[in-house]
Amino acid sequence: MRYIATMKAIIRLQREPFDAAVLTSELTCGRSDVGAMVTFTGVCRGDENGESIAALTLEHYPGMAESEIERHVSQAAERWPLSGVIVIHRYGRVLPGENIVLVATASSHREAAFSAAEFIMDYLKTRAPFWKQVEKTGGKSWIEARNSDDAAAERWSAVHHGHEAAE
Amino acid sequence: MNVKLRYFAWVRERVGKPEEMVEVPPGIATVHDLMTWLSSRGEEYAYAFDNAKVIRAAIDHRHVRGDAPIKGAGEIAFFPPMTGG
Repeated sequence: MRYIATMKAIIRLQREPFDAAVLTSELTCGRSDVGAMVTFTGVCRGDENGESIAALTLEHYPGMAESEIERHVSQAAERWPLSGVIVIHRYGRVLPGENIVLVATASSHREAAFSAAEFIMDYLKTRAPFWKQVEKTGGKSWIEARNSDDAAAERWSAVHHGHEAAE
Repeated sequence: MNVKLRYFAWVRERVGKPEEMVEVPPGIATVHDLMTWLSSRGEEYAYAFDNAKVIRAAIDHRHVRGDAPIKGAGEIAFFPPMTGG
């Protein structure tokens, strides 16, 4: 647990599965100013393009992954009045049905919580250095980036400043 | 100049190693120059950087574009577009 500005922040990269309910209770526990909490949990699907998969393996860039996530959480805190944010991202081997990522945002009102959760998630998909490899019966292959994810992240910078353009 | 290079995902698989220290010859000024120079170092590098346009780069943990200068960099990473989340 740390504070970014006056906001409670839990940012963690881990190999182990996590319990989203236990983690999110940290944002409301002992306080009465939270009026809205949005949680997003990304779960490993059992199929990819109609073919069943055995597992996903997530590779990441230690050090950079943490700093990219922190940077985007700080940006979210500057843009919306948030009282707390949680980002948990797993790496290593993940089995179908297991959680991969958790983004939780708490605020006094729902608009900020919804927007900040989407903002953080869109940037996680396109800017945080993680790569998914899928294991099928026929072998392993890297999942390709999707243009729709880039477009989802783009919409935030269109109304934001131009400072992300160089990256 | 000496710099640490790191490779991830299929760039790492194609190069055949996760990281290495290299002595960059004079005249290599940008990330793009560095990729072109790396491509000339052997078959595995030529294969890895074959489609250089899709490869992303970071200098000291920050995303950069191909025209970014590499002077003063401690660690330069090359990787495919990210697929986390």
